[in-house]
Amino acid sequence: MTAPAVAVPRVKVRTGRSAELGLIVGAVLVVVVAEAVADATLNGSLDHHALSYGGVLGLVAVVAHLVIRKVAPFADPVLLPTVVLLNGLGLVMIHRIDLGLEQQAAEEGYTFEGASASTQVLWTLIGLTLFVAVLIAIRDHRHIARYAYTLALVGLVLLILPSLLPARISEVNGARLWIRFAGFSIQPGEFAKVFLIAFAAAFLVTKRDVLSLAGRRFVGIEFPRGRDFGPLLVAWLVCIGVLVRSRDLGTSLMFFGLFLVLLYVATERVSWIVVGVLLFAGGAYLAYQFFEHFRTRVTVWLHPFDYTSTIGYQVTQSLFGLGTGGMFGTGLGGGRPETVPVAKSDFIISAFGEELGLFGLVAILMLYGLFVARGFAAAMLVRDSFGKLLAAGLSFSIGLQVFVVVGGVSRLLPETGLTTPFLSYGGSSLVANYAVLALLLRISDAARRPAQTQAQPPVATEEPHTREQPAVR
Amino acid sequence: MNRALTRVAGFLGVLLLALIINLNFVNVIKGSEYAANPANRRVLLNEYSRERGTIIVQGRPIAASVPTDDRLKYLRTYTNGAVYAPVTGYYSLFYGTSAMEAAGDDVLSGDDDRLFVNRVADLFKGRDPRGGNIVLTLDTKAQQAAYDAMAGQKGAVVALDPTTGAILTAVSTPSFDPNLLSSHDPDAIQTAYEQYQSDSVNSPMLNRAFNQTYPPGSVFKVVVAAAALEDGTTPTTRVPAPDSVTLPDTETSLANFDGERCGDGQTDTLEHALTISCNTAFALLGMDLGTQTIRTEAAKFGIDNQSFQMPLYVARSTIGPVLDQASLGQTSIGQRDVQITPLQGAMLAATVANNGTLMRPYLVQQEQAPNLSTLPSGDAKPEVQSEALSSDLAKQLKAMMINVVNKGTGSAAQVDGIEVGGKTGTADNIVGEAPHAWFIGFAEHDGKSIAVAVVIENGGVSGSETTGGLAAAPVAQQVIKAYLGL
Repeated sequence: MTAPAVAVPRVKVRTGRSAELGLIVGAVLVVVVAEAVADATLNGSLDHHALSYGGVLGLVAVVAHLVIRKVAPFADPVLLPTVVLLNGLGLVMIHRIDLGLEQQAAEEGYTFEGASASTQVLWTLIGLTLFVAVLIAIRDHRHIARYAYTLALVGLVLLILPSLLPARISEVNGARLWIRFAGFSIQPGEFAKVFLIAFAAAFLVTKRDVLSLAGRRFVGIEFPRGRDFGPLLVAWLVCIGVLVRSRDLGTSLMFFGLFLVLLYVATERVSWIVVGVLLFAGGAYLAYQFFEHFRTRVTVWLHPFDYTSTIGYQVTQSLFGLGTGGMFGTGLGGGRPETVPVAKSDFIISAFGEELGLFGLVAILMLYGLFVARGFAAAMLVRDSFGKLLAAGLSFSIGLQVFVVVGGVSRLLPETGLTTPFLSYGGSSLVANYAVLALLLRISDAARRPAQTQAQPPVATEEPHTREQPAVR
Repeated sequence: MNRALTRVAGFLGVLLLALIINLNFVNVIKGSEYAANPANRRVLLNEYSRERGTIIVQGRPIAASVPTDDRLKYLRTYTNGAVYAPVTGYYSLFYGTSAMEAAGDDVLSGDDDRLFVNRVADLFKGRDPRGGNIVLTLDTKAQQAAYDAMAGQKGAVVALDPTTGAILTAVSTPSFDPNLLSSHDPDAIQTAYEQYQSDSVNSPMLNRAFNQTYPPGSVFKVVVAAAALEDGTTPTTRVPAPDSVTLPDTETSLANFDGERCGDGQTDTLEHALTISCNTAFALLGMDLGTQTIRTEAAKFGIDNQSFQMPLYVARSTIGPVLDQASLGQTSIGQRDVQITPLQGAMLAATVANNGTLMRPYLVQQEQAPNLSTLPSGDAKPEVQSEALSSDLAKQLKAMMINVVNKGTGSAAQVDGIEVGGKTGTADNIVGEAPHAWFIGFAEHDGKSIAVAVVIENGGVSGSETTGGLAAAPVAQQVIKAYLGL
């Protein structure tokens, strides 16, 4: 959306930018206080961390804010502060778990070398860089749709790459999702997610008419034509392939759920959901029959307390953490979240549950709820179908991921091993999600830009506004 | 598309709700259960990383947490472990806690609500991570004397301050070393525990002072004598005391030890009958008074068929069902189904010594915060458990019991310069085994008074009342001397 060169009427438009700045200040303050409390509880004194984390975060947020002011002035003012708060709280918790592990190491007489908080600070800065790059490079989200098939190719390569690499490079904790080199580990699947959502959105926009065509009726539902099942089947096969090769249940579930929802949003046909759920059930059944790894997960899910010292150790320690936290938690620094293996990444939610209790955890879930709701608001407001699908896909991916992760650590679902967006330790996830944030801001900017400034100049849109009313219902 | 978007957003809302409902379940409804699950490593780590409070006797720690270098930051260390083991108990990684370590766990671990005095201040400063202390009523000299005097013998010694009910001594021998069970070496703990448990001859971990009951034998005659006094009999009243009594509706004849004769062979004074521990006289007295009277009197002395906590668990002392007159006859001389704990034995002596008023026994003198200040309602308040006997009658019974030591079976308990009262017992238990030797007694000097009970398992010789006194009374004498500083 290029800014109109013609004279704009001097109407004061509320952009929400100052609200955004205010919320950022609030979010940074919360993080500073949280870090101070954690340090005070653990070390009995305050140190530089509260200020340095607050400083870095404030810097990141202000830079992001200024870039938004410049290139996306009408963007949603709540998205960035929400992310800043989540990222900051994640940083506090990662640092706090570092300290816990350090203490544990000291007690057991070995040296702790896995400190992650400063790495996460670095990743935050890289995330910011990508954020700025995306926001500046993509001035109109609709341009992305032009590169649909390139995106698909890049996405698939990223997704499949770790499965093709030798296990020594790609395998961590039994799942082959990584590329590890020179001390860095990257989970390309996190980036693949963004590319594939963009592809799916572009693909479905062009194919939605066909996919909406009615086929046979069965138990009162009109099912699509048989030949139109192709894309769904391909998505399903890719997900099964990921599951088989990478043994990564979470990613597989995520991708399939995402594609299904996009298909539904594009076509508004419930039948796609029915078919998709059946395919998913079939896939899950096959996985259960053929993969030991998957069976173990299900066994642990159903009977965790029978395996408290073996395969169920992680999830039971997580449940014990949540139970120990109870209603209000032990306070930051007051619990023992490091007891849960990989507390910093997959199980950071149970660390928050232990130290902030049910109330803190629900507050964090509400932050995600806010983020996703704002994403969907952008999807509903934006005028073009591609923007709608892209915003919905990105928001839904965050929402679904949070559901799968939180459900996993609290035994609502089998544990899957995904990161919690913005909160967990893990560079790929954080950086990729900053790109998601940039895209959502871009779309919300387009959505919230006053019609006046948009309608007057003859902007060449690929899709006329009438396109918005679906031709086929 | 917006309709579908609304639905998908709604679906995500439902997922969020499901998460929150499930978290309510996990964090709150199941929360305490999860938190307390033994597999929850936090429980153990927290407990051990906090400095557990000290158990103190007369200003000296008998159980304290000493800092260590390993993961479990503190090692529970017991001074004179075996001497105090029946009171301190142990604090073990695998076998949990026992005795005071268990009963006082809230204070010692720091979980007691009274330790969160100023929650607001704690919120900012962080709570004092140490547990509170427990000061016991024990007397180190009496405790050590009792333990030393019991060397090589199996049994228990309990002493009380009759005026308050404070427990001064609680010894059970053979004992165990709680240090071995409270170490941080899993293998060593297990070896020690299994060794103690498998020693069925010595049962070192059996807390005889509070948890084991014994037939009291002639010691129970104190209760019958009290009932008789209340019934109007006086110490000088002559009561029937034949050489032997055939129990009603049986062919069992009950005789005196060694076939000894009480008084003139027909009657004897109540006082003399107690002094020489005349079986026939007390069997007949009991049968004359009736089951209900004996049961009521026993209950007033604390033998009420109830276990209780002081705060350690104390097994119930009972006179048994007493179904007929013959049983009543045997019951009256402390046989048949009468079973009392050594603590109960001390309570009998204490009631008499305290002029008929039984004070409720207690072990904890004071509960303290880590900074040694007393916790709210942390000071022991002596309480009357029952008024067993009028002061007048109690004084008469006291005089009779002093006679037992001065002129009778309890002479081995005499202490130069003071009057000691008491009663011996030689309680038959299993046929073919030597009887248990009992002595209960009391003394006072210089404003301090003590009541003591000693049981030596199989310490008597069958058929001889004096043997019980000979074995058990000297132990009581040592304890009395140690406590009164004589």
